[in-house]
Amino acid sequence: MTGTLLSIRGLTKAYPGVVANDSVSFDIQEGEVHALLGENGAGKSTLVKMIYGLVKPDSGTMTWRGGEFAPPEPRAARATGVAMVFQHFSLFDALNVAENVALGMENPPSMRDLAAQIRSVSENYGLPLDPDRIVGDLSAGERQRVEIIRCLLQDPKLLIMDEPTSVLTPQEVEILFKTLNKLKSEGTAILYISHKLEEIRTLCDHATILRLGKNVGTCIPSETTARQMAEMMVGDTLHTPTRSAKEEGAPVLRVNDLSLSSANPFGTRLKNISFTVHAGEILGLGGVAGNGQDELLAALSGEAPTEAETITVNDKPVGHFGPNERRELGILAAPEERLGHAAAPDMSLTENALLTGAIREKLMNNGFVDWNATTKFAERIISAFDVRTPGPTSAARSLSGGNLQKFVIGREVLQNPQVLVVNQPTWGVDAAAAASIRQALLDLAAEGAALVVISQDLDELMEIADHFGALNEGRLSEIRPALGLTIDEIGLMMGGADASEGAAA
Amino acid sequence: MDLSAINPVLLVASLMVAATPLLLAAIGELVVERSGVLNLGVEGMMITGAIAGFAVSVETGSPYVGVLAAAVAGAALSFLFAFLTQFALANQVASGLALTLFGLGLSALMGQGYVGIRPPAMTRLDIPVLSDLPVVGPILFGHDPILYFGLLLTAAVWAFLKFTRGGLILRAVGENHDAAHALGYSVIRVRVLAILFGGACAGVGGAYISLIRVPQWTEGMTAGIGWIALALVVFASWKPWRVLLGAYLFGGINVLQLNLQAAGVAIPVEYLAMSPYLITILVLVIMSADKSGAPASLGRSFHASQ
Repeated sequence: MTGTLLSIRGLTKAYPGVVANDSVSFDIQEGEVHALLGENGAGKSTLVKMIYGLVKPDSGTMTWRGGEFAPPEPRAARATGVAMVFQHFSLFDALNVAENVALGMENPPSMRDLAAQIRSVSENYGLPLDPDRIVGDLSAGERQRVEIIRCLLQDPKLLIMDEPTSVLTPQEVEILFKTLNKLKSEGTAILYISHKLEEIRTLCDHATILRLGKNVGTCIPSETTARQMAEMMVGDTLHTPTRSAKEEGAPVLRVNDLSLSSANPFGTRLKNISFTVHAGEILGLGGVAGNGQDELLAALSGEAPTEAETITVNDKPVGHFGPNERRELGILAAPEERLGHAAAPDMSLTENALLTGAIREKLMNNGFVDWNATTKFAERIISAFDVRTPGPTSAARSLSGGNLQKFVIGREVLQNPQVLVVNQPTWGVDAAAAASIRQALLDLAAEGAALVVISQDLDELMEIADHFGALNEGRLSEIRPALGLTIDEIGLMMGGADASEGAAA
Repeated sequence: MDLSAINPVLLVASLMVAATPLLLAAIGELVVERSGVLNLGVEGMMITGAIAGFAVSVETGSPYVGVLAAAVAGAALSFLFAFLTQFALANQVASGLALTLFGLGLSALMGQGYVGIRPPAMTRLDIPVLSDLPVVGPILFGHDPILYFGLLLTAAVWAFLKFTRGGLILRAVGENHDAAHALGYSVIRVRVLAILFGGACAGVGGAYISLIRVPQWTEGMTAGIGWIALALVVFASWKPWRVLLGAYLFGGINVLQLNLQAAGVAIPVEYLAMSPYLITILVLVIMSADKSGAPASLGRSFHASQ
């Protein structure tokens, strides 16, 4: 199938204080997989929202198969043949799969017919799904299937996918790519948004690169290296984290047979977790979200105290200590949820710096806060980690996700921890900032700290971790050296398969 | 003490009457909360409906026009709430409390000329043969039309929420308003309609007290039924049939304790008077132990920021 499906000319959209899209133009051909590349805040989301009718452009035109296309609302876009799989799933936890699918359709058939349709489409595309299950009980991969099936039932001509693989295991990614290739062969065009360059290289026919709201270039991904694309995205030469060769130090953090029920009724129970992290070592822990990451962080940070002997630091039992007692010993943590867990949204950066830094930075004086020292500490974080903010008096909420992430990681790194546990250190952070956060973690390890980095970004873990393990349903896989691990082996570890089995397969 | 003075048939018949205002108000609030809005102004909308219905009935001579006016008055007051919370993005809890205080004051002002008047009576259902049956007749076939309307409304709300697309959209908006917006549903429109429905139901519930249950107007005559309705929705886990059950339980114990008081049971009146509240809450707390959760967006303001 040839010909232009959707042609975008000079689309512009400005929000107060920021131009999200500045006269962006590109074409999507019938039946191609077109990548939209760009860092956070480059305007990808705004652009697809305009195509999907959620946002009205200030100026510019779109043409659909030669005719004018200006959907006033998503309903109109859907009627034309545009379907969208959202980055943060647009699903309703308390409703079942069929009801969720029905909400995304214009004229859904009766529930019984719809359930039958869902079953047949899910078999056709190799996406098994039971229409009667409550969505809140599904895994991230299954939830995405709900979204995809919702789109497929409308027989779309253009399928928009916003960062679809960020929550999937490698095996699930493979299934997704098979589905997308099948769709492509049936003539459906796909607009694929991602910043994972290797994915784009394997999947996409064309790529359009956005930077600061402008179209800065196009390329054919299979003929371009990941590095070239990354540099087009950033507009600068990319600084890859470097690590110096080092010897393994003495064991610092030991976890001995840690089992712990989750405080959250829908959480995961940790089961018999044991590992050791040496001075100067970074242990990377992968795994699909919801397999015990939050619980493990809580156990290590002291939020969820356990028996004393299960966690030792330099042979001192600390399992029964709370967060402040552990901070005193140099055991620091940065949780995943930036707003509400790592930082208090409505408090200023200075106040947030005080919250975890009070003990190690000695910001308290006989129970009184030393505001001068606290402000200096906050300023030190801001300058050392290039946090873009008007100043330390800004509320944490006012920072963009990436900047706040730099702040909460920087706050812990600058306290000279002996042990640092971080969960998703670069989640939602653009490539340049992510590289600087990773570099800071590597530098910290080089100075002799023991680090545990929990992340769902496997590329990140492979880049910085010395050893790798995976969490699956609260169990930890065997810990293996990160160097030389193949993606298949990692996938099997994440899936909970025994490592020896994985090696034999 | 003479327990034989309590006639079980009359008891059941009058508990249905006692439960109806509560049922109407709670069913309305259930729809509002299912759409993700917490309107604490039920008491204010009920009392406004009570006086509006009463006054219009007296002026026109028709109780049916009065009930209609009560629905309009309740909806009008709830529109104020809808405007404050949905368009001005005011805090829902504060706006609801203000609505209750405003309704109580407004009704007292409007009702000044109506104290001590008897409203026109609403005709009761009278089906030859059926209404004359012993036991079954007075319980099932001898009531006013609004009581039956309350039961039908419960069934209709249940069916609407469970089987219709509109009900699905309403639940979706209450569950996750951001996702509903992303799919192209108008969160504000759904919520405003739900709030208006809740207001109309509360108004009719109030009018039922002033026109049928008590038939007269006194200031503050709803006496906290609106608050009970709010609690009932929560303890009924946002399920229509449980609201019905809770309302009848509350009405039943209320009527029973009044009868016991009249029969001169040797329990202090204060204990009897608090028993309906205690027992209703106790039963519903036990029933709501199955953890069917609140609508996830309940009480959160929605603003389409992008």
